[in-house]
Amino acid sequence: MLSPITEPLAYDFFLRALLASSMVGVVCAVIGSYMVLRGLAFMGDALSHAAFPGVVVAYLLKGPFYIGATVAAIATAVAIGWVTRRGNLRGDTAIGVLFAGMFALGIFLFSLIPNYVGDLFGFLFGEVLGIGFGDLVALVGLAFGVLAVIAILWKELLYTTFDPLGAAASGLPVAALDYLLLALIAVTIVVSLQAVGVVLVVAMLITPAATAQLLTRSFARLLAVAVGIGVVAPLVGLYASYWLNAASGATIVLVETALFLVALAFRLQQGRRRTHEVGA
Amino acid sequence: MSALRESPSGEPQAGTQPAVRLTAVTAGYDHRPALEEIDLEIEPGSLVAIFGPNGGGKSTLLKLIADLIQPWSGTVEVLGEPAGRTAHRIAYVTQAELVDWSFPVSVWDVAMMGRYPRLGPWRRPAPVDYGAVAAALERVGMTELRSSQIGSLSGGQRRRAFLARAIASEPDLYLLDEPVTGVDVTTQEDLMALLASETAAGRTAIATTHDLAAAAEHFTTVVALNQRIIAVGPSSLVLDPEVLSKTYGGHLLVLGNQAVVMDDAHHHDSASGGEQHYHERPERR
Repeated sequence: MLSPITEPLAYDFFLRALLASSMVGVVCAVIGSYMVLRGLAFMGDALSHAAFPGVVVAYLLKGPFYIGATVAAIATAVAIGWVTRRGNLRGDTAIGVLFAGMFALGIFLFSLIPNYVGDLFGFLFGEVLGIGFGDLVALVGLAFGVLAVIAILWKELLYTTFDPLGAAASGLPVAALDYLLLALIAVTIVVSLQAVGVVLVVAMLITPAATAQLLTRSFARLLAVAVGIGVVAPLVGLYASYWLNAASGATIVLVETALFLVALAFRLQQGRRRTHEVGA
Repeated sequence: MSALRESPSGEPQAGTQPAVRLTAVTAGYDHRPALEEIDLEIEPGSLVAIFGPNGGGKSTLLKLIADLIQPWSGTVEVLGEPAGRTAHRIAYVTQAELVDWSFPVSVWDVAMMGRYPRLGPWRRPAPVDYGAVAAALERVGMTELRSSQIGSLSGGQRRRAFLARAIASEPDLYLLDEPVTGVDVTTQEDLMALLASETAAGRTAIATTHDLAAAAEHFTTVVALNQRIIAVGPSSLVLDPEVLSKTYGGHLLVLGNQAVVMDDAHHHDSASGGEQHYHERPERR
């Protein structure tokens, strides 16, 4: 007999979507943990939007979208990092200008394509149920690449995130590690584009780590909780979107948002109890 | 220690060269110089306080030595080599105001970070690293609090955790930005006793401070700094009215034998009468 759990598993597209979205969930949770601690949420939003013109150009040149998206996102990351370090502008100002400009470029190029509307929704909001085998292989490869870099450099990235001055004085290449992290964010966004799209990627990056931060006070546990959410939320979200016939990317993000709200309520409850104990 | 303090009159030899040497250094930010024409030599084994008004270049001088900023002109040599080459032998204790205390790391994690640069990317901490961290925490008296998240600690305990990180890295040169600001008297005494024993073992410690009482009481050498070097000498210099008035300009009030620094509001008046300063801030987040 087919149960609500096993029925969708009969479809290859659903299995591919499950694998793709939990892979995305894991990579986003790991990279997002560093982003939350560094205050890079806005940067994540900017890079995902900045990837859009790369996607459009890749389409126009009939190349693979993830190469165009990677080039556009990394170029924007480097440009933002450069302007922030060298210019006399605040970081968020530089991000705001380049983010909107790149996204506008994407829309502009897209509007030049005659009679081409279909995939716009997919790029903007994700279409993980439509992921092909080739794209899935590329996605898994890139995701493992990002995780491998983190596995090698997690200590150095943690130290430079926590105390950049102390880390730099003791000889860690802080500027290079900053650029590397931006590049990893860019690749992670590209990996996630098919699952949740340009607009919602930032939620996949930030929400699991933000939820974990409400619940833990050590980096190792923060990573573990974030990764747990990164695996579970796509599973729940995909099944929900299958049975409700709703947009998959948005459903996954809503599951993560719901988990965040639960954690927030728990945290506030804990705080209130502690206040009562102190007051009593 | 006296052997280490001999001035290098002849050829510079290994062991007798200064721990830090700045030659004609000018540096600053955004075309505005913070330091001009600095010449300074610090002997190995010294325990040095850099004092002076806000904006006088104390932190800038420390950052030059740590190779966190580059001079516009002049040269900075650290432990016998150009600044930056010897980074693995330096421990830099960041000013407390610049640290995100809500960061999810424990006292143990912070101290272990002192081992990361020598471990390198591929290696995980080994028993020798655990041993060094445990010993460092023991020396700063934080063994029992090793699992506490840093944000839950008092100002003094936070400073102890950062000093443990410095000790765990086994440096030859300690650079400390305002180490005695905002800590209780006991912590100040313990911290300075630790630095004194480190310098007695031939290592060098250089700290910035705007606490003149601490500079006079705990350090062997002081550097009076206000964009330029005003004076370098024994800690009794901070009691010299002439040095003080040159260093602080109009911001110094001399009342009888007591000097009061009129710096900005959130900083502390300092007295030369041996008064202790007590600024414990048990902030919690």
